[in-house]
Amino acid sequence: MRMSEEMADYVAGLAMLELDGEERREMAGELEKILDYMAALDSLDTAHAPPPGPVLPLKNVLRPDEPAPSLPREELLACASARDGEYFLTPRAVE
Amino acid sequence: MIWETVIGLETHVELATRTKIFCGCSTSFGAPPNTHCCPVCTGMPGALPVLNRRAVLLAVRAGLALGCTVSRRCAFDRNNYFYPDLPKAYQISQLYLPLCRDGAVDIGGGKTIRIAELHLEEDAGKLVHDPWTEQSLADFNRCGVPLIEIVTRPDFSAAEEVIAYLEKLKLTLQYLGVSDCKIQEGSLRCDVNLSVRPAGSRELGTRTELKNLGSFKAIARAIDYEARRQIELLEEGRPVVQQTRRWDENKDATFPMRSKENAQDYRYFPDPDLPPLELEEAWLDSLAAAQPEMAWEKAARYQTQWGLSADDARTLTGRKPLADYFEAVVELGAPPRRAAGWVLGQLLAALGARGLEAEHIPLPPAALARLIHLVETGALNRNTAARVLEAVFDAGGDVDGYVAAHGLGQISDPAAVEEAARAALAANPKALADWRAGKGKAKGFLVGQVMARLQGRADPALVNRAVDALLEESK
Repeated sequence: MRMSEEMADYVAGLAMLELDGEERREMAGELEKILDYMAALDSLDTAHAPPPGPVLPLKNVLRPDEPAPSLPREELLACASARDGEYFLTPRAVE
Repeated sequence: MIWETVIGLETHVELATRTKIFCGCSTSFGAPPNTHCCPVCTGMPGALPVLNRRAVLLAVRAGLALGCTVSRRCAFDRNNYFYPDLPKAYQISQLYLPLCRDGAVDIGGGKTIRIAELHLEEDAGKLVHDPWTEQSLADFNRCGVPLIEIVTRPDFSAAEEVIAYLEKLKLTLQYLGVSDCKIQEGSLRCDVNLSVRPAGSRELGTRTELKNLGSFKAIARAIDYEARRQIELLEEGRPVVQQTRRWDENKDATFPMRSKENAQDYRYFPDPDLPPLELEEAWLDSLAAAQPEMAWEKAARYQTQWGLSADDARTLTGRKPLADYFEAVVELGAPPRRAAGWVLGQLLAALGARGLEAEHIPLPPAALARLIHLVETGALNRNTAARVLEAVFDAGGDVDGYVAAHGLGQISDPAAVEEAARAALAANPKALADWRAGKGKAKGFLVGQVMARLQGRADPALVNRAVDALLEESK
């Protein structure tokens, strides 16, 4: 499948990445290869195959509804690039 | 041209669990910001989510009550988007194999709303926008609170139907104990998908999605506004643009939302951290058998079993705590219709006067049952009993203690009543004269005077009889 630079830009936008001209061409090329691989898989007739399950042989891993300690706020906020003692600060998100 | 409105709903409901869906952080509302967070719900590297058993149980209960088919096998997917309310940069939800499908809700008037699916997912955090600093403040306490999302087919054609559905949904989930459904605390939130088309057309028009609907009233007004807006566009020959619009309560209008428009491409994929869920038929059957009595079933039973009016039955069952309270009073021996009268009359009035909700009735059911018993056996008259209720309402409900301490027992001694009646007639010669002159009202006045002399405690029938006898005598 042909991956245009506009499409590469769009995908980069979704991933919050900014690509310059060279990177954009490079990414478009790589994504094209990935999509070609998908297209090969897609050519198989899977109409009667069950949906693939997870690789690990696990199911129904559940925990009881019992409270466990949360992190101290200082410790949590220590991860933030900007904070005010109570909140994480982010650039204004427009509603 | 005649237009018709086509509406589908997506309702998010917070489940009444103690902890979050994938970690042990508390879900309680109103905690100081960022104090209910851990590596799992804030998406730190290496953290592993583990599904809360009770969240599954509550979601299945909801699905069964909404007539859904519960999937024997379901799984979780990641819904990817970058927004500051979501520290993981993806929301765990169910796209490919949701928990429940194909339900139906009867909203009355012969109308049924089809449920497309009901799935489990996690809530996002909360952002507060600071108008001074051009920054947003992020509180992640709500991240990972368990939600069910209930998606209907586009089966509604008016705001009234949407409200009827939501009222019924809310009542159902409250009766199940699945959620408290407090729309003002965000535990029930609703997005509306709306389009219009020429009446009779089979094709759907271009739809818009409405968000920020903070009350049932807002939902109804936003629907009416948006339908009108789309019809006006189409009548002017302009297209409806598919977009998400935000309801502005103050401006009474909807406006396009820009912030998340690029985020609509969610790139779902199966979550590799969460193994699938396989539900046993026997477990599902046992849950189905243990579903509690629903509001409308209770209301029907109150009418057939206890002879209540349809209105009283509906009011009592309209809030589960009120129905529970009423049933507790009946359980303690109060005749059901009398109990209904007290609960819907004095009790609701006392709650209303204090601004209390039905889940916070301070008077124990046993106290109301005792009060009703005292009236039924003639030990208290009804007016005195109402005064006692008011007096003991917030004070622990010691009915007998209060009656004894204030000497309020009903006076049923005919001699005492006759004595008071004679005194009242002697003291009110004008009323007596009026009665003789044919003014019927004068008798009522005299009865009131006798009652007043007996501090309102006398058996009203006895007072009536005594006054009648004395008036007869005086002819």
